[in-house]
Amino acid sequence: MKTERTTKGELTDKEVLRLGDLAAKIRTEILKMLKVAGSGHSAGPLGLTDIFTALYFKVLNHDPKRPEWEERDRLFLSNGHVAPVRYVTMAEAGYFPIAELKTFRQFGSRLQGHPEHRFLPGLENTSGPLGDGLSQAVGMAYAGLMDKKPWQVYCVMSDGELAAGINWEGFLFAHKYRLRNLTMIIDRNYIQIDGFTEDIMPIEPLSDKLAAFGLHVLEIDGHNLREIVAATEEAKATWDRPTVIIAHTIPGKGVSFMERDPAWHGKPPNAEELKRALKELRTLSGAIQSEAS
Amino acid sequence: MPINPEVYLKRNLFHEGLAMVATRDGFGEGLVLAGEMEPNLVVLCADLTESTRTQAFKEKFPERFIQLGVSEQSLAAIAAGLALAGKIPFITSYACFSPGRNWEQIRTTACLQKVNVKIAGAHAGVTVGPDGATHQMTEDLALMRVLPNMTVLVPCDSVETSKVVLAAVKHPGPVYLRFGREKTPVFTTAKTPFQIGRASVFNNGADLLIVAIGPLLHEALIASERLLEKGIKASVLNAVSLKPFDEEGFLALAKNCGAVVTVEEAQAVGGLGGLVAELLGQYAPMPLERVGLGDVFGQSGTPRELLEFYKLTAPHIARAGERAVKRKLLAKKLK
Repeated sequence: MKTERTTKGELTDKEVLRLGDLAAKIRTEILKMLKVAGSGHSAGPLGLTDIFTALYFKVLNHDPKRPEWEERDRLFLSNGHVAPVRYVTMAEAGYFPIAELKTFRQFGSRLQGHPEHRFLPGLENTSGPLGDGLSQAVGMAYAGLMDKKPWQVYCVMSDGELAAGINWEGFLFAHKYRLRNLTMIIDRNYIQIDGFTEDIMPIEPLSDKLAAFGLHVLEIDGHNLREIVAATEEAKATWDRPTVIIAHTIPGKGVSFMERDPAWHGKPPNAEELKRALKELRTLSGAIQSEAS
Repeated sequence: MPINPEVYLKRNLFHEGLAMVATRDGFGEGLVLAGEMEPNLVVLCADLTESTRTQAFKEKFPERFIQLGVSEQSLAAIAAGLALAGKIPFITSYACFSPGRNWEQIRTTACLQKVNVKIAGAHAGVTVGPDGATHQMTEDLALMRVLPNMTVLVPCDSVETSKVVLAAVKHPGPVYLRFGREKTPVFTTAKTPFQIGRASVFNNGADLLIVAIGPLLHEALIASERLLEKGIKASVLNAVSLKPFDEEGFLALAKNCGAVVTVEEAQAVGGLGGLVAELLGQYAPMPLERVGLGDVFGQSGTPRELLEFYKLTAPHIARAGERAVKRKLLAKKLK
């Protein structure tokens, strides 16, 4: 859908409530699809849900009925293992039927274990091998400026993958060519598959490092819808440099026993865990609180 | 006349007066021609403008020339992003670094997504010479051939290299083009046929088939002359299109000859030698000799010294041919 843009960068209270409810619904579907799939990643998708909700339902200029629409904003994903949040949000936005979510990771499905450009319209890139997303977004942004296109390029990436040198090659390039149409969103959740990022390979002071690379750096609460939208608006308004948004998130957000636990990076819930998780999520959304008792 | 008249090779094929031009120069010229024809063509450079011969393109189309510095991994991935936006990017570096250093980016972002990234690998083979083994890429053919969706082209001289560049631009999907640093004989002409997926018979003979790629094809032709003196009539096939390979054309010739020699300035496994061994093993087992690097790295030296040392020159190709024919005849006798 074409998102109507009322006031620049500001969500109304009503919008915050609507998007918040949507995010809760998306988290519910993420957990359900992971349970059906029997494999996949839980923590990252739950942590990124508010960001993907804001992107697809407020920030991006896109049309789910015309995924190849030339004027669309381009959303690249680098940490492809968070595929569930992208698939569910796209389904909610109308790219494909919700019912298709249960085919995730199965033979013949368009919803491949890691998102594949050639399988599902609406995915800008194939991702999974960490580090490869940013440079592709950078190439797209360069082409956009070259051809004077009005669309924006977004790239969602993770903190753990910043250990890959190719990202820093991409930052250098983005700075050299002043890719002002590029907004990078780093999911700063402090976990990766082997543990906590600062134990595996410390990346702090991240903000200083990125600023030293000549990028416009913003730090936000990645669960605050108003902050997410405001930061992307500021990025768009920044005319001389690419912007990187460090979005602080809680991995496994919304499910108490998954939050901040690296053990949930790469596994799905079982039936019992799903039941417990859904109860907590429904409490969050409020509307169906009564069911949770 | 064993030389096939239909491929219009230079008349002075075996004479001293043959022009010597590096295949990389053919690349530089082809790139400018392609740039004139195709407005979406862009060239990405990783700090090797002069030696990969992209300088002329840069001067003619500065707005379509992108300098990245020494960053081969992003070179490949940024090119994929440009290709996703409808551009036709050529990424240029030494073959050691691209596709040597960025194989995974080529696999994921170019091949898996099947986008229009053209990889130009310069300074391939041992004829890079004094720079030594670090810069002598001999594993690229194996690395590229194994990738689904990839096309692999290895032109034999500068004239063919220009044709290869133009064909790569029109051919959808990722393409690897390989060329060398050293000046090598220009023995094909504008009229010599070239088509992706086709091999051309440069020399006719029914006793032995020599399949060669790259500038060593000229050595293979010289070898076929030497073999003639020994009474062995050899066909010489230009296998410029390593992938897709002209399997039918090759197998028909091989079956007719009954013995095969492969020639390449690369590891004899995995590239042309590997491919031919696979095909013969599957469809037509017969004596095979492979001329190429034998599971070793190169070293410093002059190009000629190195070609000699690694047994890649005409006398060695001829000797390999004799061995193959001997085995063929022995097998016949034993039957």
